Amino acid sequence: MPDARGQIRRLPGLRLWLSGGWLLLLVLAAIFAPMISPHDPLEQDLFAARLPPFWEQGADPAYLLGTDSLGRDLLSRMLYGARLALTVALVAGTLTCLVGATLGLIAGYYRGWADLVISRLVDIWMAFPPVLFAILLIAVLGTGLTSIIIAIVVIDWTRFSRVVRAEAMSQGAMDYVASAQVAGRSRLGIALAEILPNVLPTIVALLTLEMGIAVIVEAILSFVNLSISTDQPTWGGMIAEGRTSIYQAWWVLVFPLFALFLTVLSFSQLGEGLKDYFDPVLR
Amino acid sequence: MPFVRALLTRFATTLVTLLGAAIIVFVVIRIVPGNPIAMMLPPGATEADIDRLKTLYGLDKSIPEQFWIWLVNVLQGDFGTSITSRQPVFDLVTGRLPATLELSLMALVIAIALGGTAALTATLYRGTKVEGGIDVAGGVALSLPDFLWGLALILVLGVVWPIFHISGRVSPSLGFDFQSNFYLLEALVRLRFDVVLDLLGHMLLPAIALAIPLAAIILQLLKQSLKECMHDDYITLARTKGYSETSIITRDALPNAILPTLTLIGVQFTFLIGGTVIIERLFSYEGLGNMAIDAVINRDLPLIQGIVLVFALLFTLVNLLVDMTYAALNPRLRHA
Repeated sequence: MPDARGQIRRLPGLRLWLSGGWLLLLVLAAIFAPMISPHDPLEQDLFAARLPPFWEQGADPAYLLGTDSLGRDLLSRMLYGARLALTVALVAGTLTCLVGATLGLIAGYYRGWADLVISRLVDIWMAFPPVLFAILLIAVLGTGLTSIIIAIVVIDWTRFSRVVRAEAMSQGAMDYVASAQVAGRSRLGIALAEILPNVLPTIVALLTLEMGIAVIVEAILSFVNLSISTDQPTWGGMIAEGRTSIYQAWWVLVFPLFALFLTVLSFSQLGEGLKDYFDPVLR
Repeated sequence: MPFVRALLTRFATTLVTLLGAAIIVFVVIRIVPGNPIAMMLPPGATEADIDRLKTLYGLDKSIPEQFWIWLVNVLQGDFGTSITSRQPVFDLVTGRLPATLELSLMALVIAIALGGTAALTATLYRGTKVEGGIDVAGGVALSLPDFLWGLALILVLGVVWPIFHISGRVSPSLGFDFQSNFYLLEALVRLRFDVVLDLLGHMLLPAIALAIPLAAIILQLLKQSLKECMHDDYITLARTKGYSETSIITRDALPNAILPTLTLIGVQFTFLIGGTVIIERLFSYEGLGNMAIDAVINRDLPLIQGIVLVFALLFTLVNLLVDMTYAALNPRLRHA
């Protein structure tokens, strides 16, 4: 079916472009937030409270997307919020990937007692509701960016280790690994030079997925007021604020929610696209 | 006999998992810097008062000692006393658990109905635009977590078209006197359909939010299995007998394709239950997860410990049940 194959090839291209485009826009917004923000994101103006976005009746053109109940400019807060979201996505995502993939590789290729310990730990981890675990960790570690990142790594490493372990196990049983062993390569050499490159496409796809998840976890923590200091604008914090004033000012919830939707969707579509791109069968 | 032995091994690992979960939470919440005792004291309390309270809650002993005492008590059904509400943790947890169970099960039913229907429809219209549309919708549904779906539902069906309630479990104005904590079940049994409607009005949005990602997973796997079945000989046979396509899919393909999906639903159900924590918070639904967040914020150690243990128990039980069902349904494993 050459036609169906063509469809599959074309679609990821579009997905990659759209999601990549949105993420690029976000990176630019985060970098240039201080320059392009029309207002100070923390500046309160109670006389300008709950102004609607520009297309609504009673809007003030100085506040394009309107203001929240303390009169803070939503557009500026969104731009600054992108900074935190992206920082968490990149740092927490990468660290989670490193920790989880390493443990998964060890468990899947070396097997033995290391596998036993790691797999039992994964089982125990799976018995916790992740959100509750995250909140618990933040309560212990205190709020702040470092705590959020640590919490995400501690909770989500299992996502990588489970998948990488399974992949490493099936790769380890392949002939090329056996021949590398016969050729006298060290175990570590085989794990890094033979197994890792074959597991890499899966890891890359999981990594982008994890970045989206990290953004969500941060938003959830902000939502329950356990993220970073309350005077730093975050999308989750804006959503929490919007949830309480939803009947008076729907826009306070809608804009950060929309940004979160697009960001998480983009990360996961990027992951799917990259997986197809790396997949030797589809390539 | 091997089956019994496998079951026993499975049971033992379940116990190890539970014990491990309990130990981890126990240690984690006891290295909390904020002293829980300090929060319950009136200003001007003396050192002696602090020591008395510490002794009362057993916080003056070492962590392994505290854990041992807690474990022995739990095995006797005593989960301790909540620091903030001064009520037995067991009563608090059992009071809230039914709300969470009702919500999770309703979400599960919705997910199966939604995902199953979508998979069957996509199979019936395979190769057409309908299938493409369902695929795209499934992809989006899968990419976004329950938290975001909950917020979107609040906006659309709670505010723009205010069809549903967006907070609470039941309208207080109803004045209905519940005898149990299984509100929905009780209202159904007592045939109070006005109460049932009100409960559904509160539960449906959080349940749908929880159900959407699972529905997408069910759709993808079931559709895949159905697609593979559709090339089998018995399908061709049914077709030559002149059965309609709908009947072939539902009566011949579905029973053969459903086993992997059933297993997956079991595993995913624990993720769904985990999702109730934030969804209950979002919808101010008075369940276990909502109480858990309050307990963490208030540093209510005994309550946190009790809730986490109940969640862990729930998760491991579901997994055990799934494995047993799978073994019972799959003849190859029964004789292994």
